[in-house]
Formats: sequence, C-alpha cells, structure tokens
Amino acid sequence: MNNTQNVALIARLFSLADDEFLLGHRDSEWTGHAPLLEEDIAFSNIAQDEMGHALMWYTILHERFDQPAPDRLAFWRAADQFHNATLVELPRGDWAFTIVRQFLFDAYEQARNDWLRRCGYAPIEDAARKLAREEIYHLMHSQGWVLRLGDATEESHRRMQAALDLAWPHALGLFEPPAGDEAFGAKLPEIQAAWRAAVEPRLVQATLTIPGAATAIGGGRLGAHTPHLAELLTDLQKVARLEAPEAVW
Amino acid sequence: MSDAVITAERVWQVLNTINDPEIPVVSLVEMGIAREVQVDGARVVVTITPTFAGCPAMPYLREQIVEQLRSIGLEQIEIRTALNPPWTSDWISDEARSKLRQFGLAPPPRHTGQIEIALLEAVTCPHCGSKDTVLDNAFGPTLCQALHYCRACRQSFQRFKPL
Repeated sequence: MNNTQNVALIARLFSLADDEFLLGHRDSEWTGHAPLLEEDIAFSNIAQDEMGHALMWYTILHERFDQPAPDRLAFWRAADQFHNATLVELPRGDWAFTIVRQFLFDAYEQARNDWLRRCGYAPIEDAARKLAREEIYHLMHSQGWVLRLGDATEESHRRMQAALDLAWPHALGLFEPPAGDEAFGAKLPEIQAAWRAAVEPRLVQATLTIPGAATAIGGGRLGAHTPHLAELLTDLQKVARLEAPEAVW
Repeated sequence: MSDAVITAERVWQVLNTINDPEIPVVSLVEMGIAREVQVDGARVVVTITPTFAGCPAMPYLREQIVEQLRSIGLEQIEIRTALNPPWTSDWISDEARSKLRQFGLAPPPRHTGQIEIALLEAVTCPHCGSKDTVLDNAFGPTLCQALHYCRACRQSFQRFKPL
C-alpha cells in the first residue's frame, strides 16, 4: 500500500470507529433510565454491540496502521481529533429522539456496509460482514419503534416529528466524505440514495414529514463538532484520565 | 520443558474444557469459537473468532486459553482472531444444543441467514416443552440471548439468539 492509500484507509476507519463509539456511549446513557425495562435492556445491549464494533475498527487501526491502542484512542483524544458525524454526539434527548437517531443511523450502517463488504480492503470487508447480522437486530428494533410512535398519540407524533426535524440535517452529515478517502467519498452519494430509499418510505408510513428543504450539517468527519462532543468526552474520559495513560481498561 | 510431544489433538482436548463464563455448560470448541490449532514444538497458535463483537467474555476466554495451555507445558502461546467467515450460531454443535436446553436456555434455530424469520419461529419452551411461546424482547441479559415467554407453563425463558 502506498501512503495515499494509507491516509484514505485511516480516515475511513476513524469515521467508522468514532461513529460507533459515540453512539454506543449515548445509547448507554439509557442504562437504568429507559422508559420501559425491556428498552433498558435493549438499549444497553445495543450500546454494547456498538462499542464492540468500535473496538473492531480501532483494533484494525492499531494493528495494521500503527495507531495507538483502542483504549488510548477512546480515552485520550480531544474533540477535534474525532471524526464522527455530529448526529451521534447530540445529547440523548427524549425517547423519540433516541429512536429516530438510532433508526437513521442503523439504516445508514446497512447501506454503508453493503459497500464496505466489497470495498477492496480485506480487514474492513471482514469486519463489515461480521457486524452485518448483529445490525439486523438493531434496525428491526428501531424501525419497529418508529412505526409504533409515529402515529400513536398526538404527543408521540409531535415528539417524533420534532426529533426528525432535529436529527435529519445531522444525519445528512453522515455522508460527508472522510478527508483523503476518495474511494469512499465517491460511493457516498450512492450510499445516501440507498439510505433514502430505505428510510423515507418508513418515515412516511409513520405519518412523519421528511424535512425536504434541510441542508446537511457537516464538519464532523473533519473534526469540527458541536459543543456537545467536548461535554460528552469530559464525562466519558474523566475516570480513565485519573489513571496513568498506560492503564488498561 | 518436558520432553513429551504435545499434539494439536491434545490442545483441542484442553480447549474443550474451557467453558463460556455466561453459559458454563458449553465449551469454546462446542460453541465454534476455537477455529484452528497449529502446534510447533513448544509453540502453539490458536485461532479464535468472536461470537458477538462486543461480547465481554472474549478477554476472559483468551486469558483462560493461555493459562490452560501453559499448564500442559506449552510456552509460546499466540492467539489470533479471525473474523472471516463471521461466526454464526449455526456452528453450535448438536451436543452443545442439548446441553443448552438442559441448562434452561433454548438453543438457536438453524437459520442460514434469515434471522428475522428465525427469531419469530415457534420456540420450544426449555421448561415444559410447549411451543405456545412468544418473543418478549429480542434483547436479553447478555448480547447473545433473547427473552421469550411460555403461555403453557407461564414462565419466561431465554433463548440463544440466531446470529
């Protein structure tokens, strides 16, 4: 591999890992607080799955691209060194926002994985195949809740619509290309089209209005984040940073 | 170092004594986690594959493999992780399935990729054997278990999820 390819793959892997890591953290904020016991269990599971997927991507960065160890990447980087889309750093919000964000992200993962599985770099292809079946459970779950809450009551509809209006421009930011990754960048419009074809009929079925005029909120892939990420990291990294950097978590 | 030659077969026997900490009745061989063993003198390479990517039992299993193989005289133990082909619950052996059932955990259905359908198929209650059961939650106490309810004996139970 030449240097340009390395830069591209490193950028791709950080975008994949950081998305999963931060969404996993936000999902874990429902542990002990979810509106139903079943959902407490479900979101704790989903959080753990997303963390596991983040670990797979960070491990590839560490083992094949000479990047620091996964714990070091998770606990010792500042906000501007993260390459996640801003969607996953937004506060957990109410239950409607949690469901809408998870649904938009799960559908993105599925569309994205369809390409990653044949992206031409074997370690990424293998990892994408590995997580595909786990992701079926996530999408099945979040989609079910979108359909259930979209037209259940006046309040649930209002909350779901407000959540969609807030999440949608940030969700469009998922399709911002990682810096220097032209191969992924070139595929992202196609991946976005597949994502839209998957989510829009479901949202319409749930009686929600797609914010058609919204423009993407980008910057996340390049390290430009909302203030929420720094706040999240202060909380997430606090305990690890009380220890020596080489401590194992 | 002992003079006795340690064969791959011996290593497989040892691996077959290491059990999943969450489901202590099945070994990592029966679960399909241990995939390959290569022995060269006192050096061994064991290739494993994770079940669910976020399964917290994996670091424990790795430690157990090193500890148990060291105890039979192997000195250089390398554990490799392979993701391809991805682990599937279809690889859980028939013997392990009956052990799961006795343990009170319904075994996963063989699914060949159709997970959504497999999840909803009638599940046999491990307590009373009835098929009058419903899925309560696709997520459960561990990443690999779903919650079901038996209408016949009115008890909830867990099933190993199809993956």
